[in-house]
Amino acid sequence: MEQSVTPKTAFLRGSRDALPFLLVVGPFALLFGVVGAEAGLNLAEVMGFSVLVIAGASQFAALQVMSENAPTIIVILTALAVNLRMAMYSASLTPYLGKAPIWKRALAAYFMVDQAYTLSQIKFEMEPDLSVSARLAYYLGTVVPIAPFWYILTYVGAVAGTKIPPEFALDFALPITFIAMIAPALRTIAHSAAAVTSVIVALLMAWMPYGTGLLVAAVVAMAVGAQIELWMARRPGTGAQG
Amino acid sequence: MSYSHLTIWVIIFGLAVGSFLIRFSFLGIIGDRPMPEWVLRHLRYTPVAVLPGLVAPLVFWPEATDGMTDPARLAAALVTLSVGYFGKNVLMAILCGAVTLYGMIYLLG
Repeated sequence: MEQSVTPKTAFLRGSRDALPFLLVVGPFALLFGVVGAEAGLNLAEVMGFSVLVIAGASQFAALQVMSENAPTIIVILTALAVNLRMAMYSASLTPYLGKAPIWKRALAAYFMVDQAYTLSQIKFEMEPDLSVSARLAYYLGTVVPIAPFWYILTYVGAVAGTKIPPEFALDFALPITFIAMIAPALRTIAHSAAAVTSVIVALLMAWMPYGTGLLVAAVVAMAVGAQIELWMARRPGTGAQG
Repeated sequence: MSYSHLTIWVIIFGLAVGSFLIRFSFLGIIGDRPMPEWVLRHLRYTPVAVLPGLVAPLVFWPEATDGMTDPARLAAALVTLSVGYFGKNVLMAILCGAVTLYGMIYLLG
């Protein structure tokens, strides 16, 4: 007889599954604190980003565009563009969590980070019999280690940040972090083509004011990725001949 | 950067509200209705469409060297990309990139 999973077990299970991700989240949080403080944000502002926005790549993107003194709206648009993938997460979690009460769905939305999504999506697919409350408990369980760790290490980084001398070439911490995040995501030809397009168009459009060239590059690259995915799907075996 | 504290908080709140709405979108508002496939197809490529373009000018024209292409930073970027691509390990890629950067800066003076 199948023992049904209680929300409590699901919650604990989620927390345990999320533990290895602390190794990835911690350094990113530290780095955001350090780079934010170096860029001239005060402690409250650095923490404001990590607690209210709670989206690493997007926070880094905002800092980068801010270092170019771009207009407020450009900063927000660029950083939000990085977060658009979460609309996809939201859509794919909806069949599993859509029946939960609205305030619980709002809570899930606030905590929607890459790790929580990835773990939960796999769990929900593998165990389709989980109740909605067990699913939600698992999902929230995964963020219990991750979110506080994100806040605390941002704080540590921000406090340590301004004490780091320029010899450490911290200007390059951000590019290295982004490249390291993108590289494993280049899983298909479509992903790689989108990335290469983004690089080329961004360099060609670098003359445009306030980083608006980046928004052009992002739109073109997205279209290229989506189009190539369509082509690849139409010709299985990736053979180039028509 | 030269923003007033007020502007910085406008950015933080704008980003917070925008990010929440993106995350809440389907889960909260659209509910169980299916999303058009072409929208999903484009959303799949947002990270690889935005981040490389953001990084490219920083790699080729770093501000720390007044926009001159710098062998140390270029090498660090290449090593990070290769390790991340073949090893699929984010932390290892960052580590190798950082070692390359510091090694090159040290060697080249």
